[in-house]
Amino acid sequence: MAQIFPKWTNKLPLVVLIAVLGFLTSAVGLFWYFGSPKYTDVGYRPVQPVAYSHKLHAGDLGMDCRYCHTDVERSAHANIPSTQTCMNCHTLVKTDSEKMLPVRESWANKEPIEWVRVHNVPDYAYFDHSAHLNAGVGCESCHGNVAAMEIVELKQTLSMGWCLDCHRAPQQHLRPQDQLTVMNWAAPVNQAEFAALMIKTKNIKPPVDCSGCHR
Amino acid sequence: MSVTLTKSKPGALEEVPLIKGNQTFRSITEKISEITERKTALTWVLLFSLAASVALLFFAQIGYLFWEGIGIWGLQNPVGWGWAIVNFVFWVGIGHAGTLISAVLFLFRQKWRTSINRFAEAMTIFAVIVALVFPGIHVGRVWVAYFMFPLPNQMQMWPNFRSPLLWDIFAVGTYFTVSLMFWYTGLIPDLATLRDRAKTRLRKITMGILALGWRGGNKQWKHYEMAYLLLAGLSTPLVLSVHSVVSTDFATSIIPGWHTTIFPPYFVAGAIFSGFAMVLTLAIIARKAYGLENIITIQHFEKMNKIIMVTGMMVGYAYGMEFFIAWYSGNEYEKFAFINRAFGPYAWAYWIMITCNVLIPQLYWSKKMRTSVPVMFTISIFVNIGMWFERFVITVTSLANDYLPSSWDYYSPTIFDIGLLIGSFGLFFSLFLLFIRFLPMISMAEVKGVLPQADPHHYEGEAHHG
Ligand code: HEC
Ligand code: HEC
Ligand code: HEC
Ligand code: HEC
Ligand code: HEC
Repeated sequence: MAQIFPKWTNKLPLVVLIAVLGFLTSAVGLFWYFGSPKYTDVGYRPVQPVAYSHKLHAGDLGMDCRYCHTDVERSAHANIPSTQTCMNCHTLVKTDSEKMLPVRESWANKEPIEWVRVHNVPDYAYFDHSAHLNAGVGCESCHGNVAAMEIVELKQTLSMGWCLDCHRAPQQHLRPQDQLTVMNWAAPVNQAEFAALMIKTKNIKPPVDCSGCHR
Repeated sequence: MSVTLTKSKPGALEEVPLIKGNQTFRSITEKISEITERKTALTWVLLFSLAASVALLFFAQIGYLFWEGIGIWGLQNPVGWGWAIVNFVFWVGIGHAGTLISAVLFLFRQKWRTSINRFAEAMTIFAVIVALVFPGIHVGRVWVAYFMFPLPNQMQMWPNFRSPLLWDIFAVGTYFTVSLMFWYTGLIPDLATLRDRAKTRLRKITMGILALGWRGGNKQWKHYEMAYLLLAGLSTPLVLSVHSVVSTDFATSIIPGWHTTIFPPYFVAGAIFSGFAMVLTLAIIARKAYGLENIITIQHFEKMNKIIMVTGMMVGYAYGMEFFIAWYSGNEYEKFAFINRAFGPYAWAYWIMITCNVLIPQLYWSKKMRTSVPVMFTISIFVNIGMWFERFVITVTSLANDYLPSSWDYYSPTIFDIGLLIGSFGLFFSLFLLFIRFLPMISMAEVKGVLPQADPHHYEGEAHHG
């Protein structure tokens, strides 16, 4: 009987095997990289209805975060300031600024500004700002250096793995209570001792069991 | 009894030859290859269109399920595991006969397996494919089905390695892979035969690729047989492990009626029982349709019927034992669960199960029944029905009436529960019809091996053929 296949096809099974393995590994690898929230979510920076700058207000003008996000230490959610808060100053400064137009309109019509949400954890996971701040975790650990941002941008993945990484070892993130909103904060040399003391006195026990966050 | 050292022909006790009609190597090749080579018969086209339409319905319903969610099923509060699980266990159970026939009977040197093993293995593979659909879709949100596998992920979450549900995935996955390899290895010499007989270039090339360069040389056969033996050895423990693990899905929970140690052997026996019944159903039809009476003989059927009878009685014993333990344990929940099964709201299902699985196979005590094709065809269908109901009874009765009477409820299926069960048969039969149309449904190489010509030895006390 005549040969159906030329001789080089003997190598074909091996080539196919390598190709399939290569395809599978690269598929997993690509999905692992491009599918991770590090790639899909971090750096999310939506355009806001007002060209409000954290860099100007919290950085250059040196305002404390809690001037605007007043409830962050008391409630689960850090509130977004009402138009009134802006108008505390802006009835006096930049009163006819082009950029302030939507704020003035909102104030005149008594309709809130519709800010675009940046950080969002799914509703099936419970997150509480006050618990974290009272334990001494600074804004920067989770939001990055907001005081240097023109437009707020997502700096962390907010994935479950990210939450757990800190819950398992929060030591590097614990600060004295008066430095929560300080940006560019560097841990002092005695951070380990300080953290150990805090964990002991405040009885800090971040939950790592499922029901801690999926209540 | 004195030991005589005369060589006697192996299997001399078996008076009846395995293969009838004075077959030669050539006639076997002709008979079986020809089925895949002739023009497609109209009946086949009609049957396939029917099966494929039902399969299409199956996929359409799955599409709707993904869109709408598992609320389209009859699941409700106490009964959170409904027909999807029943169907899964049913199909995995059916998938058991293949490996038993091909691997276990191979290791026990049961030569009669050769006429039906290809068939049974193919059935196994298709049944497992159909079965695997159900755990895949019952999660509702299919796009997160990968949670079932231990893959690194953003949640740093791993499946619970102490949960039988995870081992279920491993067990069924392993079973599928090994069965597929076993089946394919067995196919290779026959595919080469088809390649050598091929008339058209396209067929030569496809069969040539599938045959993986098989030439039938001595060395190839030597390796082949070793590989086959190893695969048989590998599959044998799987026959026991797969359904044992499936049964622990139930047995490790503390629901009365599930939490029993008898489950693993009881499930395995039931699986073999239902698997053989399904092989029988299909073999009877194919044998008739393709005129294979000489290769799949009544003797084969009788042997399968005996296995059905034995495993049926094992299952019956387990049913009885469950009642005994429920009484003997003195546990009132357990007692209630069983009395409720037999006389509660699902008594109808329970008695269908008992009738089909325990009572009807008793007909096989009579040789006349065991060797009558219409009788065994009917019984095999009853067994399949009975085994579906067994899973229904186990799953639903225990859940519907558990510890808390205030939450008791009656489970009734919706149109989609029923549709998916029917649809799963469509998928199964589509695959099976494709198989019998395009691949040799009986292992030519192995059947030739059990012909008398394959054993050209001179035995003492036998006339010389010169
Ligand atoms: C002058 C008031 C003001 C001050 C001070 C201020 N913020 Fe804000 N912040 C806002 C407003 C208004 C928004 C909503 C618009 C936006 O996202 O830019 C906001 C949004 C944010 C967001 C994004 C919320 C989301 O949508 O997910 C974060 C995080 C944030 N602020 C952190 C801080 C931190 C940290 C500080 C202190 C360094 C700070 N803010 C100081 C007014 C303020
Ligand atoms: C503590 C006082 C204070 C508050 C409260 C405040 N701002 Fe300002 N804002 C200023 C000052 C001062 C400037 C002008 C800096 C300069 O001269 O460039 C300014 C500048 C701005 C500008 C730039 C205008 C331009 O034309 O360059 C915008 C937009 C603005 N603020 C928005 C807001 C919004 C929105 C809020 C409320 C969330 C707010 N500010 C709250 C003090 C304040
Ligand atoms: C432990 C990490 C963590 C710390 C510390 C933290 N945040 Fe947040 N922040 C989050 C997460 C997570 C969200 C998203 C919450 C959600 O979607 O419910 C969020 C959301 C916000 C929002 C949007 C409104 C909301 O609550 O949903 C603002 C504003 C905000 N943070 C400001 C702050 C400020 C100001 C501080 C410091 C005083 C701070 N955060 C400290 C993690 C943190
Ligand atoms: C940078 C460190 C850090 C990160 C990131 C972090 N946490 Fe925490 N979390 C803590 C600490 C520290 C505590 C301990 C509070 C205590 O025990 O007083 C805590 C406590 C909690 C609690 C318990 C609150 C309570 O009321 O008892 C919840 C819930 C929680 N975290 C959810 C989350 C979620 C969800 C995320 C991710 C989106 C997250 N955390 C990210 C440090 C962190
Ligand atoms: C520290 C808080 C925290 C703990 C503890 C935690 N989770 Fe989560 N989990 C989250 C957050 C936050 C998300 C959402 C992540 C995202 O948005 O991608 C999440 C998401 C998930 C999801 C993905 C759901 C979906 O549909 O994508 C699953 C599943 C899950 N968690 C399971 C668990 C299990 C199981 C445990 C216990 C072993 C657990 N989680 C413990 C915070 C937590």
